Amino acid sequence: MRKQLCDTLVSQADNPRMVFLTGDLGFMALEPLQVALGERFINAGVAEQNMVSVAAAMARQGFDAWVYSIAPFCYARPFEQIRNDVTFHNLPVRLIGNGGGYAYGVMGPTHHAIEDYGVLLTLPNLCVYAPVFDEDVPAAIESASKETRAVYLRLGRGEQPAGYAIPDYSPWRQLVQGEGIPVIAVGPLATTYISALQDLSDSRRPNLWAVAELPLSRHGLPEALEQAIRTHQVICVAEEHVAHGGFASELSLYLMQRGVSARMLHLHAKAHHYDRYGSQAYLRAQSGLDPQSLLDTIQGT
Amino acid sequence: MKPLLDNKQMLAIRRRLLQMHHESGVGHIGGNLSAIDVLSLLFNEYLGAQDAFILSKGHSAGALYVALWSVGKLGDEDLRMFHRDDSLLAGHPPARGIAEIMFATGSLGHGLSLAAGTALAKRLKGENGQTFCLTSDGEWQEGSTWEALIFAAHRRLTNLTILIDHNRLQGFGGTEDVASMCPLQERLKGFDVDVQAVSGHDLDAMRNVLALPSRRLRIVVLETTKGKGVSFMENRMEWHYLPLKEPHYTLALEELGLT
Repeated sequence: MRKQLCDTLVSQADNPRMVFLTGDLGFMALEPLQVALGERFINAGVAEQNMVSVAAAMARQGFDAWVYSIAPFCYARPFEQIRNDVTFHNLPVRLIGNGGGYAYGVMGPTHHAIEDYGVLLTLPNLCVYAPVFDEDVPAAIESASKETRAVYLRLGRGEQPAGYAIPDYSPWRQLVQGEGIPVIAVGPLATTYISALQDLSDSRRPNLWAVAELPLSRHGLPEALEQAIRTHQVICVAEEHVAHGGFASELSLYLMQRGVSARMLHLHAKAHHYDRYGSQAYLRAQSGLDPQSLLDTIQGT
Repeated sequence: MKPLLDNKQMLAIRRRLLQMHHESGVGHIGGNLSAIDVLSLLFNEYLGAQDAFILSKGHSAGALYVALWSVGKLGDEDLRMFHRDDSLLAGHPPARGIAEIMFATGSLGHGLSLAAGTALAKRLKGENGQTFCLTSDGEWQEGSTWEALIFAAHRRLTNLTILIDHNRLQGFGGTEDVASMCPLQERLKGFDVDVQAVSGHDLDAMRNVLALPSRRLRIVVLETTKGKGVSFMENRMEWHYLPLKEPHYTLALEELGLT
């Protein structure tokens, strides 16, 4: 999604209040943005704590501040700076974490971001965007630009199955329709399920929904999805995030508060306990997040 | 031009600081007494509408509140609420409610980055004015403070002045004993910055240093005494924490010649 990110931000570069801070990342990707912004493109060096506080102060001075790094360096290292300097003051700093979930795959656990939105959504005045398809990025950036509070943008890599028409960006989209159980996937993980689910019979094919904005309390559940959960009395959530603090936790509370009784099937990232490393696809499979694991889970309902 | 602050006024400000801490039964008085002179000087003589100030050593909030009181930005009613329920005046600077306090601080190692970002933003906007940041000396053990210094020096933020309250005592020992960077001034000179050292209790000396021309980021190491002005508090670590109760309060006022 980096190309789409760069192109979109370049298109906004004529906004004199826009500043972009990077933690020394963006080689062979963000050079056009560097040219477009000039002195408003700030390589803050390998110093993420300082970078986030500087961005907070610049936002306080009226700038539209974007902060960019590999996802874990963007939220885990400078967490206190996000908490104290950005969210305590309700400043609209936009944190862009490249490579959410297992996107950095074989690069190892230090580069994985599998507790990012759970941690960040404990903070006040912050929301999360997790674009599903690469084509979502312009609309997500456009929407994030208008937020008056902090944003964490979790970038990954979406897949587009052959012949599949991508629906326009929306916080909630139904990607696959069927008569089976409802399934919710967070961010680009949803795109990896489309082909496998489309091959199922109508009666077994689940309703696959993708959510791109968190927390759930922002938009609530689409009415049709809530109705499907009530009808089937089961819901499957797949997320490239650890179980604790994940989307399924918030959804469970949401459903209980509304008196909806349903069995929760939860596919999630495993905590950082690895014997072996591999690609994002490998790590997803190890966590039971691959399409076959989803099919096996559905089969059991 | 604003009228100059004199030593008589500084005694009254010190007295008000002691009164506030006594009435609220609050500690942290030692580091407040070391910082009160420079804070009062800044708010009375230097900080105008275009300038900015960030207190990185948030545990000197009491001195900040009293400095604001000295220029009429806070009243006696406000100070009476220090550390109490339903108060704006928390033990560390609050996130909102007082216009002159731009950021909630108290976790050390944040303020210098916030000041650097403020100064850079003002430069990009083409605004005049100076951003001042007061750090503690122990705070230079925080890695993020060095991140901020590298950033500010590299960008030659000449519209930023870093002030260090160098009282040589930190939470659980002397700065030289805990994790020494002494002589701090020599360490800092390794960067592309102008460094001056001056007594942080001598108003004229501070004025003279701040009047010096500088084409680089400026750091002023303020040689201070924790608990300055009250003999039994001076250079005593316990007064980093102890609340100011009787009979110490009366003794302190007597020493300041104010009873």
